[in-house]
Amino acid sequence: MTEPRTLYDKIWDRHLIDEQDDGTSLIYVDRHLVHEVTSPQAFEGLRAAGRRVRRPDATLAVADHNIPTSDRARGIADPESRLQVETLIANCAEFGVPFYAIDDPRQGIVHIIGPEQGFTQPGMTIVCGDSHTSTHGAFGALAFGIGTSEVEHVLATQTLIQKRAKNMRITVEGALAPGVTAKDLILAMIGAIGTAGGTGHVIEYAGEAVRALSMEGRMTVCNMSIEAGARAGLIAPDETTFAYLEGRPLAPAGVEWSHALANWRSLPSDPGARYDTEVTLDAAAIAPQVTWGTSPEDVLPITERVPDPAAIADEERSRAVAHMLDYMGLAPGVALTDIPVDVVFIGSCTNGRIEDLRAAAAVARGRRVAEGVRALVVPGSGLVKAEAEAEGLDRIFIEAGFEWREPGCSMCLAMNADKLRPGQRCASTSNRNFEGRQGPGGRTHLLSPAMAAAAAVAGRLADARAFAAEEAAQ
Amino acid sequence: MKKFETFDGVAAPLPAANIDTDKIIPARFLKTIKRTGLGKSLFNDQRYDETGADKPDFVLNRAPYRQAEILIVGENFGCGSSREHAPWALADFGVRCVIATSFADIFHNNAFKNGLLLITLDRDTVATLMEDAGKGANARFTVDLENQEITRPDGSVVPFDIDPFRKHCLLNGLDDIGLTLRKLPKIDAYEACQRSRQPWLYG
Repeated sequence: MTEPRTLYDKIWDRHLIDEQDDGTSLIYVDRHLVHEVTSPQAFEGLRAAGRRVRRPDATLAVADHNIPTSDRARGIADPESRLQVETLIANCAEFGVPFYAIDDPRQGIVHIIGPEQGFTQPGMTIVCGDSHTSTHGAFGALAFGIGTSEVEHVLATQTLIQKRAKNMRITVEGALAPGVTAKDLILAMIGAIGTAGGTGHVIEYAGEAVRALSMEGRMTVCNMSIEAGARAGLIAPDETTFAYLEGRPLAPAGVEWSHALANWRSLPSDPGARYDTEVTLDAAAIAPQVTWGTSPEDVLPITERVPDPAAIADEERSRAVAHMLDYMGLAPGVALTDIPVDVVFIGSCTNGRIEDLRAAAAVARGRRVAEGVRALVVPGSGLVKAEAEAEGLDRIFIEAGFEWREPGCSMCLAMNADKLRPGQRCASTSNRNFEGRQGPGGRTHLLSPAMAAAAAVAGRLADARAFAAEEAAQ
Repeated sequence: MKKFETFDGVAAPLPAANIDTDKIIPARFLKTIKRTGLGKSLFNDQRYDETGADKPDFVLNRAPYRQAEILIVGENFGCGSSREHAPWALADFGVRCVIATSFADIFHNNAFKNGLLLITLDRDTVATLMEDAGKGANARFTVDLENQEITRPDGSVVPFDIDPFRKHCLLNGLDDIGLTLRKLPKIDAYEACQRSRQPWLYG
């Protein structure tokens, strides 16, 4: 009998082409997503070496990072952004890579459209020149971000040189409390293990609270695996996964669907499989989370106060916290709910899906964005936008004073025109609160879509549960 | 890729932990279609003020660190975004070697593919080298990859470990794609087998 294996081990073994004595391995790549920022130099490398794209049928390209989220008919004003997008279009045409044009309803953030189209499937290896490729792990696919040299390597060979990672399992027992979402769960996990806690590992998320999540919620969790240092996150595929995928344009159909299902059902970790690191969390103990510092690990329940560096014994950590509070413009000991915000951003590959927009709209419904606050809603794809509009969510947002935008990465990383001004404070559903991430000098607080909408209405960080309670009382 | 040869260079100290790739090069500088010319934007927001003038307190703006070829940095260096622009910017500035207690995974891969040597050492040793790097004109190390040795300013030697395959590629300036294409028959065979078992993976 063979040793019990983890989901990760199984996917790895199925894709191993060659292994050297030192463990350096060549693995096959089933799907490759391409965007405009990390691919031009890779295509240039292919051209210089006279190489072709080995599997255009396994490759899908879209422009998302640079594109404007308003006035799209006017094209891209920024000449550098425009050149990058035009270069992607030309490269896809030259190398025969499928590309969703900017006016295609399927256009959107690369990690939203892969699952939406059924391009992402269980058991696959999926890569993209973007660290949030970990999102696709929600389907039980081994998915991780790569650099541009590796993008070129995959385009040319459909393989990657890798070493086997370590297995980590985070088990979340029990059920999340009402008003606590997938975003709160992953932020709490990062707070628990730290931003380097998953380095060298692939994290498998397990337990009752994870199983209970929708595919949207699972994607939010896996998306931020990289913020815990892990290149990839995984959730075992189950009936929720299969129900999401069935009938998607690029998913298997007919007799192939039943063959694929049989294959996918063999993926979950075997009982008794060994993990190098195990972490267990109690779902019921998790409250809505918000970050106060400039690393995703610097996170607290919304009911807490900003930490005091003077109360931290470790000198190095105390200095780091003091530096972060200085950058964030926060005084020690201030209640998180007393922190005013200037901007609210709802969107990104972390929280730009339909369920996220529904959660934000539920708080926004019948309320108004606070005076002086700018609030943006940026759907993750053209299809998410259309679905939201069919449900009337756009009207709810617009009537509440939110801006309703075109799909793209937008203010998550401020490569297009959507960015913070120095000193502005933003409640953001994105994934990184690094210094300058949303614009030079900008200050980011990461939180869930419901919490972001609550901040927009309150004009300060707020506990979204209070808004739900208010509704229930009415 | 250029072969990695033994060199003697200035080491600059950057002791903060979790220096992310957005800090190494902010996203607004990624709108390029080239690999070169990013050195001037390395650590942009720490290095320049709003007018574009040098911030005098930033280490790489001070002599002799303007010529730094080695960085001694805090733990988890290169976390965050997968942007290879980070190692491109470091290399374009002139950095050839970075020393830390730990590196983020994707940055680690990207660096080696651009001829940049990353050395991981224990906390005490990094602290010693960090102190050495604070010595201005005397902050010079020799980095010898062949023998896996760093020579400190006082002449003492610090050995380091490195993955043998990465070492081989750096010393010989080997291109990964060229190496992989030698295994083409194995890739062809893998595809033929997968296609027969999982035809839905092929369009």
